[in-house]
Amino acid sequence: MAEHFDAIVIGAGPSGNAAAYTMAKGGLKVLQLERGEYPGSKNVQGAILYSDALERMIPDFREDAPLERHIIEQRMWILDDNSHIASHYRSEEFNKQPYNRYTILRAQFDKWFSTKVQEAGALVINETTVTDLLMDKNRVIGVRTDRVDGEIYADVVVLADGVNSLLAKKAGFHAELQPKDVALAVKEIHFMPTETVESRFNISGDEGVVIEMAGKITKGMMGTGFLYTNKESLTVGVGCMLSDFKASKVSPYTLLDEMKQHPSIKPLLAGGEMKEYTAHLIPEGGYEAMPQIYGDGWMIVGDSGMFVNAVHREGSNLAMTTGRIAAETVLTLKEARKDLSARNLSAYRAALDETFVMKDLKKYRRMPGVFHKNPQFFTDYPDLVSQAARTMLTVDGIDKKTKEKQIRKEFSSRRSLVGLLGDAFKMWRAFE
Amino acid sequence: MHIVVCIKQVPDSAQIRVHPVTNTIMRQGVPAIVNPYDLFSLEEALRLKDKYGGRVTVLTMGPPMAEAALRKCLAYGADEAVLVTDRAFAGSDTLATSFALASAIRQIQNDMAVDLVFAGKQTIDGDTAQVGPGIAKRLDLQLLTYVSKIESLDLEKREITVHRRAEGGVQVLKTKTPALITMLEGVNEMRFATMPNMFRAARYPLKVWDKDAAGIEDVTKIGLKGSPTIVSKVFAPTAKSQKASMIETESGDPRDIAITLLTKLFTQHPKLEKEIGKRAA
Ligand SMILES: Cc1cc2nc3c(=O)[nH]c(=O)nc-3n(C[C@H](O)[C@H](O)[C@@H](O)COP(=O)(O)OP(=O)(O)OC[C@H]3O[C@@H](n4cnc5c(N)ncnc54)[C@H](O)[C@@H]3O)c2cc1C
Ligand SMILES: Cc1cc2nc3c(=O)[nH]c(=O)nc-3n(C[C@H](O)[C@H](O)[C@H](O)COP(=O)(O)OP(=O)(O)OC[C@H]3O[C@@H](n4cnc5c(N)ncnc54)[C@H](O)[C@@H]3O)c2cc1C
Repeated sequence: MAEHFDAIVIGAGPSGNAAAYTMAKGGLKVLQLERGEYPGSKNVQGAILYSDALERMIPDFREDAPLERHIIEQRMWILDDNSHIASHYRSEEFNKQPYNRYTILRAQFDKWFSTKVQEAGALVINETTVTDLLMDKNRVIGVRTDRVDGEIYADVVVLADGVNSLLAKKAGFHAELQPKDVALAVKEIHFMPTETVESRFNISGDEGVVIEMAGKITKGMMGTGFLYTNKESLTVGVGCMLSDFKASKVSPYTLLDEMKQHPSIKPLLAGGEMKEYTAHLIPEGGYEAMPQIYGDGWMIVGDSGMFVNAVHREGSNLAMTTGRIAAETVLTLKEARKDLSARNLSAYRAALDETFVMKDLKKYRRMPGVFHKNPQFFTDYPDLVSQAARTMLTVDGIDKKTKEKQIRKEFSSRRSLVGLLGDAFKMWRAFE
Repeated sequence: MHIVVCIKQVPDSAQIRVHPVTNTIMRQGVPAIVNPYDLFSLEEALRLKDKYGGRVTVLTMGPPMAEAALRKCLAYGADEAVLVTDRAFAGSDTLATSFALASAIRQIQNDMAVDLVFAGKQTIDGDTAQVGPGIAKRLDLQLLTYVSKIESLDLEKREITVHRRAEGGVQVLKTKTPALITMLEGVNEMRFATMPNMFRAARYPLKVWDKDAAGIEDVTKIGLKGSPTIVSKVFAPTAKSQKASMIETESGDPRDIAITLLTKLFTQHPKLEKEIGKRAA
């Protein structure tokens, strides 16, 4: 006899865990399938956790979740070839509990989240890949796995299978991912003693620092670099649009390697032991690239539905929020004994529209386009800004007024005044 | 027929990290797996079950997290699983481990007589290869190690014939059951778990035994007290760095290459030259 569940969740990343947890907690019979050896085993290490999305499901998560450091300082760097100009924001406010942001190691965090899912009553089966959605005409009625006798049935299937969902593509819910809508990020973890991390970043206890970087490190490609402090390691990485990697023919690995040699970054990593080089896609197409996210007997949550705010580097919180809201939609419909048809599941989309997820994605809908059409943001500007700073800070007997003139000349020779104004306007519009 | 397979959860040595500063082995965050050698024994046990019917019980002594290793074995097709876990077992060496496991197997026997016990050839962490033989001795089982093939099993006559790898050849051995067998690596391939078995493994109510349930009364025989061996430190030896050098020869002639190499070798190790000279004479 084939098994039948109220809901099947495909994938055990943040979005799948949120969905499975919420539905199981609500009393539904839930099966979660994950292809990795255990939840987190396939997930890229080192990330930032935004408390709010998790807190809405597990208010006391701080008691036992594997958290690395809470972030008290955010640094933004703009780099040219051998300098950086920076803004640092550090505040004692960030040292007040409950903390808002943490660095985490995904492998450990996902595993922890999964134990919560199991405690809530969901059946979690790892090392099992869903290969097909079972359909009855237009309706999804279950899944087929890569195992013998692998058909399993459910009233609703939640696709939480991450970026580049092969299943959604196969079923025709998605078009092929466009290289301009995905970034490729590579990252590494560098181990070093806790004391070294603390002294290098001027932190103690569980305090942590995040550095976001833009500029020449991406060689003119649209993208950013980042560095996070963990307990006894640093996460360092860089991501750029896949279309840019294709056009530039720069290999992601070389890009990261050269970034690590940058005189502003190299000393921070010195002496560490590199472990775990990973590459992963990030869906960054935003609102404009979002696919249909529900239908008869199915819903899409997390990266699979393009739910990433690339500008603020938020992904896992959108994943958890979409997972939770999809689950709440199912719970409400089940309680009212309503059919899980496309018509009824449209409540999922309606509920999402009221959250920060859709509001933020809508707000930044023009951002990817602006950056794609205007590479100067990643080429000329870093140089210009850095030069300007250097000119002002070099004491060489030239008066400041002349220096300011020099800087202005430099800017307008590289980019016309109209261009500069235009860029400012585009940025403003995109952020607006 | 009833077969007990002893399995151990071990850190995946392929993913172990060495602390860059202290050179100690960092187990934290390293995924745990079923000792790979044990899977050859489990697969062989499952094949016997396929052929003769009966029950396969997997047994491990370890921390609560060893549950995952047992569930994996259930997914492959084992019928029952026993986790022997108790703080009192902490620090056990092979002597104490085989004592505890032998005691647990006696308890398992109460339910259904055991015909065969399987263990892995050795583990990838402790690497001693002593636990299997230790259990055999304590339970008075015939011991068949390094088995490459089970030729025949006669349940009526209680006889088993196996091929055993020995130095310089293969021994064909016949003995009485109950026996304890350790399989050689590479002699079979673990099957792929079916979906129904995945469900059964996920839902199976594990048998979790503390020392009392495992039938252990004498606490001086287990844990640190029962362990004359104490593993005080585990570390990675520092890698010896030796530079490679290019050796040039006059021509590509093999004779020429051989002579150049030997000359170089003998200048670096004069003792070797003497020794070889002696033997040649
Ligand atoms: C690096 C290291 C070195 C060690 N050196 C020694 C030493 O020199 N002397 C010593 O006495 N102890 C030693 N120990 C401790 C030893 O690992 C454990 O105490 C013992 O429980 C298992 O021995 P083993 O791993 O060598 O197993 P082995 O004897 O190599 O295992 C053979 C088989 O026995 C079965 N088995 C082993 N342990 C279990 C278990 N817990 N549950 C179920 N089945 C099991 C498995 O089928 C396994 O394949 C060492 C441990 C480590 C981590
Ligand atoms: C380099 C990098 C850095 C990032 N940094 C951050 C950050 O700092 N903060 C942040 O909030 N977000 C960050 N993100 C984004 C974040 O990682 C994602 O948004 C988030 O993981 C999405 O969660 P998810 O559950 O939708 O997908 P995933 O986490 O990708 O999980 C999908 C799961 O589904 C499984 N799966 C896929 N297909 C199948 C199948 N057919 N059958 C069974 N299982 C399947 C996979 O094995 C995987 O476990 C980063 C992403 C990258 C690549």
